[in-house]
Amino acid sequence: MDLTNIGFMKIRRQTTVLSIILIFISIYSLFVNKLNFGLDFTGGSLIEIRLTENIDSLEEVRGLLQSLNLNDFQVNYFGSNRDISIKVPGGDNSIDEDVLIQNLKQDFDFEVRRQEFVGPQVGSELRDQGGLGLLAALAVMMVYIMFRFQYKFALGALLALVHDVVIVLGFFSFFSLDFDLSVLAAILAVIGYSLNDTIVVSDRVRENFRKKRRSNSEIAINRSLSQMIGRTLITSLTTLLVLIALLIFGGETISNFSIALIVGVISGTYSSIYIVCNTLLTLKVTSEDLMIRKTEVLDDGMP
Amino acid sequence: MVFGVLSLGVVYSMPNIFPPDPAVQITFNSSGGSFNDRVVEKIKSNAEKEKINFSFVENDEKSILFRTNNYDDQIKLKQHFEESLDNNFVIALNLAPNTPEWLKSLNAFPMKLGLDLRGGVHFLLEADTDLLIEAKLESAISNLKRILRDLSLKPRALEIENTSIFISLNTQQDEELLSEAVQSLNGFDLESLNSSDYRLRLTEEELEQMIDYAVLQNLNTLRNRVNELGISEPVVQRQGAKRISIQLPGVQDTAEAKKIIGKTANLEFRLEAANRISLASRIDKFPFNGRDVNLEKRLIISGDQVSDASVGYDENGFPQVNISLDSEGGAKMHRSTRNNVGTKMAVLFVERKSRTELINGIPEVINFFEKRIISLATIQSALASQFRITGLDSPEEASELALLLRAGALAAPMDFVEEGTIGPSLGADNIKLGIQSLLLGLGLVLLFMIFYYKIFGLIANLAVVLNIVLIVSAMSILSATLTLPGIAGIVLTIGMAVDANVLIFSRIREELKNNLKPQDAISAGYDRALITIIDANLTTLIVAVILYAVGTGPIQGFAITLSIGILTSMFTAILFTRMMVYFIYGRRKEIEKLWI
Repeated sequence: MDLTNIGFMKIRRQTTVLSIILIFISIYSLFVNKLNFGLDFTGGSLIEIRLTENIDSLEEVRGLLQSLNLNDFQVNYFGSNRDISIKVPGGDNSIDEDVLIQNLKQDFDFEVRRQEFVGPQVGSELRDQGGLGLLAALAVMMVYIMFRFQYKFALGALLALVHDVVIVLGFFSFFSLDFDLSVLAAILAVIGYSLNDTIVVSDRVRENFRKKRRSNSEIAINRSLSQMIGRTLITSLTTLLVLIALLIFGGETISNFSIALIVGVISGTYSSIYIVCNTLLTLKVTSEDLMIRKTEVLDDGMP
Repeated sequence: MVFGVLSLGVVYSMPNIFPPDPAVQITFNSSGGSFNDRVVEKIKSNAEKEKINFSFVENDEKSILFRTNNYDDQIKLKQHFEESLDNNFVIALNLAPNTPEWLKSLNAFPMKLGLDLRGGVHFLLEADTDLLIEAKLESAISNLKRILRDLSLKPRALEIENTSIFISLNTQQDEELLSEAVQSLNGFDLESLNSSDYRLRLTEEELEQMIDYAVLQNLNTLRNRVNELGISEPVVQRQGAKRISIQLPGVQDTAEAKKIIGKTANLEFRLEAANRISLASRIDKFPFNGRDVNLEKRLIISGDQVSDASVGYDENGFPQVNISLDSEGGAKMHRSTRNNVGTKMAVLFVERKSRTELINGIPEVINFFEKRIISLATIQSALASQFRITGLDSPEEASELALLLRAGALAAPMDFVEEGTIGPSLGADNIKLGIQSLLLGLGLVLLFMIFYYKIFGLIANLAVVLNIVLIVSAMSILSATLTLPGIAGIVLTIGMAVDANVLIFSRIREELKNNLKPQDAISAGYDRALITIIDANLTTLIVAVILYAVGTGPIQGFAITLSIGILTSMFTAILFTRMMVYFIYGRRKEIEKLWI
């Protein structure tokens, strides 16, 4: 198959519109649905129990919780019809888990698989720290790419990363999936992954610009993308293979983590092609931007 | 070099193949006491009588470890010990590693698994606020006495009654003076009971603030203590008003953790009472070396004023603890000792303990303080903020004391109100599922690579597998804890390790298309892809370092595996594969076709 010149950038207007729509939906959902923060961030109690036999409806459990004057709780199946997770947020409406378990024991027969309580203060602390980490990671990346490439690439990479993070957050908000610490870790992994992709594509763009200085930017970028598409797809595919295996067989605890990574990897692959290169074209990147400076020659010689 | 690193990796990752045994561990409660053969034999034969299966017993002077074959036996054995042994022992569930001797001798140990993967210990501690209130009331009484004396008011009674101070006046006329005196004490409410009796209570605000402050300080202290245990990813969190929860994932030695965390140790420095002061109300008697020593009730300083403590040895090789005091403590110490050169000073070790007693047939936990003199020495010259404590029994005792002093005293004593092991079955399930799916994913990737890159794919596959071995061995060497986010890091690394090879191989294919000879295409492919790979990996490494710097426990776990994975994958994906490729193709002069 001849993949030397695919017109990736021909549809760049359409993809820009698509990106804007996706980001708009994500942000809208984040404002309206908010994020369904997990226990790690909100504080509260969590109990996971395994019943001795399947139950068809959770109404009985819910009724029991209501009779304990709890109202803001969540009761869900957790993997199977006998695994149940109960979440009670902290604050005024909290309950001692032991009391709750004792009450449940009167009506049901089960084994406690996990029991947790997180104070509200701790939760908000974690949330701040996570946010800070994301911002710091983004900022340092910008500086690095500016130094190694050029500010137009840095801007492209930043937009791509923000795009990926917003899309994953939006996805979690839209489908009201639990956003806990493992999902935060997944988002950070997505940043790493997307960046990796972006750098690989940018590297080739730089190389081609330097090789053929006079050529049209769009053609040069198209050529670079065509050369790299095989690699980009294979890497995404292999990573997705691992992630899908994690999602299907990894159990309930890591399913959200896998979902975040899957969404992130797809978005990251897309963004490294369309967001980064689109930004480069919009900023009218030229081969002069990438002239080899003396410092860089030295730099390139380093392993 | 490549082979050296690889064999090192294989050796140090090997301990992870041997699954640990569920075990029960018994240690002595106090720092003293040791297990001799007779005690061990007795405990062992008692357990055998109960017909509980245990496979192996190990012991040293400090602890005994009973290995069992499954989790049921482990629980049974623990229950048996709890019923049969007295409270001189700490009984804890443990996972005993099965690392073979020859690996241990190489310092190769398995990596630790986080709470989410293996389950783990979870402690819940509650501050005993009653004692805190009592101390506050005591100091209020002594202040009030002084103020009332200045106002020349002599109350008929002034004493602590439950959680308040009871005051009885001789005449009602004194009420004005009393309320004036109370005003200068902050945080108290005066309540009139009848014409002459009054009750002084802590205000609700003051009480809350006091407890809050004490628990916050305890939180800090416990964090320090847990950190001193050297466990990675411990969680020490406040839980509600009076409780602190501690989670220790991957702890090998729960008994030790409990001993250090739970100990409310403090030091008191006191002068020996001179013979002329024989007022019984001002002295305390303590046994020391077979005789009673009279000490002044008044403290010079307590352990709170210790700013640093370390273990050292004196000229004769006996252990000692070198202590530095804060400025206030140093000043107090100087003031008290300069006029008492030639008098003896005692160092008291204060430990809060609890015992369970049957009261009317109901078991009840009773807390008490145990004080003992650990050193009694003549003051040779005025002491200041630096001095040392000698006369300790063993180096272990010295280091434990130094640790407790360094980590700080607890502002309010804390009791274990709950000790839970978080769902071992869940942890076991998690790790089983996690690893199964990881293997499946890996298998798919390997198949795909062979299908797509043939011989080169096979080489890349070998590199990916070796990369995982290297990550595992690096984590074992660093004794890092593997958590769920940690597995995430490894997953990402698998993707990226393959990526480096994909970059190289697709470059080689391109160069072949440009009609380069196979040999040249190979070296061009490696050389040109190298810059890209380094750029890509370096940026990701920067992200990982930042995450480690700003993140907490779980995020740090992810950052560690990611960083290790990036470094090892560069090694395997570039150096190792290149070596293999040259090994296969390098020696042949003419190659018609590459299997790529």
